[in-house]
Amino acid sequence: MSEQYPALLVVVPLLSALVICVAGWVNKRLCFPIAVAALGVAAYSCIGLLLRVLDEGVIVYKLGGWDPPMGIAYYVDHLNGLVLSVVSVVALLNLIASKKSIDQEFPDKIGPFYTLYVLMVTGLLGIVVTGDAFNLYVLLEIAALTGYGLLAMGEDRAPLAALNYLYMGTIGACFYLLGVGYLYIVTGSLNMVDIAKILPSLYQSKAVLGAFIILMVGVWLKMAFFPLHAWLPNAYTYAPSAASSLIAPLVTKVMIYVMIRFILTVFTPEFAFNILAVSDSIVWLAVIAIVMGAILALAERNLKKMLTYIVIAEVGYMVGGAWLGNRAGMTGAILHIVNDALMTLCVFLVAGNIVYKLKGYAFDDLKGLYRKMPFTMTAFTVGVLSMIGVPPTCGFFSKWYLILGAIRAEHWFFMGALLFSSLVNAVLFFRIIEIAFFEPFTDHHAHGHDHQPEPIDEAPLSMVVPLWIVAAALVIVGIYTSDIVTKIIQFAIPEGIL
Amino acid sequence: METITSIKPLLAVLASLLVVPILVTSTRVPNVREAWTFVAATVKFLIVLSMVPTVLKGTEIVYTVAEVIPGLAIKFRVDTFGMLFALVSSSLWIVTSAYSIGYMRGLKEHSQTRYFCYFAICLSATVGVAFSANLLTLYLFYEMLSLATYPLVVHHQDPEARKSGRKYLLYILGTSIAFVLPAMLISYNLAGTLEFAKQGFLAGTASKPLIVVLLILLVFGFAKVAIMPFHSWLPAAMVAPTPVSALLHAVAVVKVGAFSILRMITGVFGTNLLLDLHLGTLVCYAAAFTVIVASLIALTQDELKRRLAFSTIGQLSYIILGIALLSPKGMIGGMTHIAMHAFGKITLFFCAGAIAVATGKKYISQMVGIGKRMPVTMIAFFIGSLSVIGLPPCGGFISKWYLVLGTLEADQMLMLFVLLGSSLLNAAYFLPIVYKAFFCTPEESMFENKVQEAPPWCVVPLVLTALLSIVLFFYPQPFLELARMAVEGLLGG
Amino acid sequence: MQMLVAKYNYWIYITLMMIGLYAMIAKNNLVKKIVGMSIFQTAIILFYVSIGAKRGATIPIIEHGHGEGHGAGTHMVHAVDYINPLPHVLMLTAIVVAVATLGVALALAIRVYNRYNTLEEDEILAQIREK
Repeated sequence: MSEQYPALLVVVPLLSALVICVAGWVNKRLCFPIAVAALGVAAYSCIGLLLRVLDEGVIVYKLGGWDPPMGIAYYVDHLNGLVLSVVSVVALLNLIASKKSIDQEFPDKIGPFYTLYVLMVTGLLGIVVTGDAFNLYVLLEIAALTGYGLLAMGEDRAPLAALNYLYMGTIGACFYLLGVGYLYIVTGSLNMVDIAKILPSLYQSKAVLGAFIILMVGVWLKMAFFPLHAWLPNAYTYAPSAASSLIAPLVTKVMIYVMIRFILTVFTPEFAFNILAVSDSIVWLAVIAIVMGAILALAERNLKKMLTYIVIAEVGYMVGGAWLGNRAGMTGAILHIVNDALMTLCVFLVAGNIVYKLKGYAFDDLKGLYRKMPFTMTAFTVGVLSMIGVPPTCGFFSKWYLILGAIRAEHWFFMGALLFSSLVNAVLFFRIIEIAFFEPFTDHHAHGHDHQPEPIDEAPLSMVVPLWIVAAALVIVGIYTSDIVTKIIQFAIPEGIL
Repeated sequence: METITSIKPLLAVLASLLVVPILVTSTRVPNVREAWTFVAATVKFLIVLSMVPTVLKGTEIVYTVAEVIPGLAIKFRVDTFGMLFALVSSSLWIVTSAYSIGYMRGLKEHSQTRYFCYFAICLSATVGVAFSANLLTLYLFYEMLSLATYPLVVHHQDPEARKSGRKYLLYILGTSIAFVLPAMLISYNLAGTLEFAKQGFLAGTASKPLIVVLLILLVFGFAKVAIMPFHSWLPAAMVAPTPVSALLHAVAVVKVGAFSILRMITGVFGTNLLLDLHLGTLVCYAAAFTVIVASLIALTQDELKRRLAFSTIGQLSYIILGIALLSPKGMIGGMTHIAMHAFGKITLFFCAGAIAVATGKKYISQMVGIGKRMPVTMIAFFIGSLSVIGLPPCGGFISKWYLVLGTLEADQMLMLFVLLGSSLLNAAYFLPIVYKAFFCTPEESMFENKVQEAPPWCVVPLVLTALLSIVLFFYPQPFLELARMAVEGLLGG
Repeated sequence: MQMLVAKYNYWIYITLMMIGLYAMIAKNNLVKKIVGMSIFQTAIILFYVSIGAKRGATIPIIEHGHGEGHGAGTHMVHAVDYINPLPHVLMLTAIVVAVATLGVALALAIRVYNRYNTLEEDEILAQIREK
């Protein structure tokens, strides 16, 4: 059974998606349990895989028994074992947490929604597990197409935002495909490991350089790396809560994974960091991304939109960390994939709970929330602390590694950008905390009087419990940083990177 | 140096943290809630106290909670200096809890449960800082304290509190993220460790310019100590309820800042390194400037709590000054001053709060003749002032005495004059209050006969701390001895 | 000039790509943008197809091979005689993806039209701004 994990984690959700689609016509109530079961199996397989990788090292799984480079092979090493686990767990938790809001937001589209949801997770898991560059493209588009559908189910402006995302996403995917095409021309292979074996003799080739640049641009478009980010804020803001809390934590992070995979496995760090000599410029781009993301977030008066700009800044963290070209920076980037997925999930789930109860997410809607929704806001506070980077939440530790990487690379501006963004996050979130904490008291309640506390009007338990699990995970992952780094990430980074 | 492993430091930190859920659940029964606060405070104090004999024997107590980053753990180490600070803050928490009850109920404040919860969290963080074995742990608890104090500062939730809260966070959180965090990481990158060492872990790892940069980042980064120009959060934070000002903004929070800087100077840089590079003087001048300017500003303040706040800013810099002299006597003086000033200043704040509870007056100009109506409070105020000025028979004299000896030992005449001049200024801003409170004609008195002392929950604690201030003059041993041992340990006897 | 002629397939696909990109960026009408997107995708499909092609080669069906072997039969298989099938096979998938994308895009465009009664982007933005 455990030999089949790599296939299971893609096949089970894929087939379940079909079943859900059919079940949606028969009885809507069946959809949710099937989806949970499917993602449960996927999460189980992913974690099982990660544990096996920790024991045995890299696992190669040949689909249909065909040998690579003819057949498609799935490679699972420490890097994607970790990312797989994160993706599947985040998707599962979000699914459970979002049930109520899905029921509330589109009661007549439950079947299609769960179908798309599970398909999208299939796509994301596939992207992470596959070892074939073209297969990755197909899965990328599966994740993207379902994503457009999910995002477009939101408010009035959602279809237009999703359409703009679709244009950009398609360009990004096409660039990726083009890059893979060039790689195929020079190497004659689509298997990542195979390409990596053939490439070293071709490092000086212009086609390889072209492939690399086109590929990176494609991936950056998909991950909304500043200045290719324009599609993201609207698409995520107007999306339904359940979709934005799935897509915001995962899509950008999975694309960061793809970038790191191409740096580490396909092109090898030697080529990416030493031969190309572009790492410094890319870190500079990351600096700009972080600073601009932070500034744009400052200008927003709307919770969800503000969060989307923070997502953009966080993308800068990871791109910058990966391109610092040293072990600490890369560790920080990989660790931040995990941590940022959890943090983003946490704050977007909070946004989901708020939307569920209040039907709004502008700053003005948040007044008095600490009294009204104390449990949600407690989790929000934990998420916020992690975003700012206060120990012992996990956000602190990935920032630790990123800053350490910046110091070792003597890239002081990247360090400055990280600190700047932490400070801005503090301002951003304490602004919200202030509103949620003070507002109802400012006008008519003079202090010193005993006033009636407003009644607690908390989101349902099925939304709060997963949220609290995520919030707890933020602290637990933070405390276990040492184990994650020494037992997993350590082995995900080639020894050549110091 | 012997070390033993014991879970006690962790328990001391957790004692006040674990009580928080209980406090939350007993919101509806204030008496039970307050009883639990006392239980936690007592338990915490007893745990701390139980470690005193071990520490006095020269043994350190170590406990590793978790290794969070490879080679870097959240770890406690109880040494003499940390013990001194933990002892001061945990003992004063008991007194302050009693006072809080009187004050909060006297003024019928809202959200009392929130208040007591965050107060407990603050104390956990304070003791956590005191027992930190490395910079990472210290930073963790330092940030925890910053954040836990915020709800207390903004307790009144009016626009003024909101403004002060912003200022508070901007200064405290801003400096710790912008200065301490990078300095910590640069040090880690240089030395490969963050463990506090006897003569600092940075010694011999970096060039002088880098050391200077790190020193500046770390000294100004711990802005809780309110060295100018990062001081203005402290007067702003006076919008908080008085017990908060008393325990947190005269003892726990601000002294966590002073404590941290002391740890930086001794544990990170090491006195030898600073002596070799002549960097102690740099810190001395920053501190001396703050001492004088803060005292001058205090003279001009009419709001009692703000005057006390500026006095605190000045007194905190005494501590820094004492340590930065890098002479044994000066360091003993600085460390002892943490305790002596704590008892004196908390008395003063308690008095200010008692006056507010009994009369609602906040401004000094409105307090003429108050001594006749509230004699106990004002006598305690007088004792507290004497201690802060540094006159016998109060504990403040002892620490100031050592500070003066320290300046002589380090041959820093300028600093001597700073200390003496500042004492005069202290007298100039405290004694007139007392004078006007007692000596005025009946016509001048601003209070009617019906005004009485504040409720006993308020008065008893302030009498207690005032008496302790006097007792510490005659029996300064516990703190003086701990400080002496700490300095001997650091400087090798 | 030599380069232009020798690698004409590249130039064609690049030209097509640029046309598509131009339409996506510059056109105001949402459907025209979708058309541009389709051209863009097709350009890449053409690129792949062209790299598999060889002058004088035939379709990759091995006539004299028996049994299941790919060239494992008794006769040698000369790769030169056959065009490379792999890119073409890949493009079958890519075409499916392109069609799916087109479908989703048009569906979204219909929803936008239902909401705003226009497909002109500036008019839609004006409507959003009014609100």
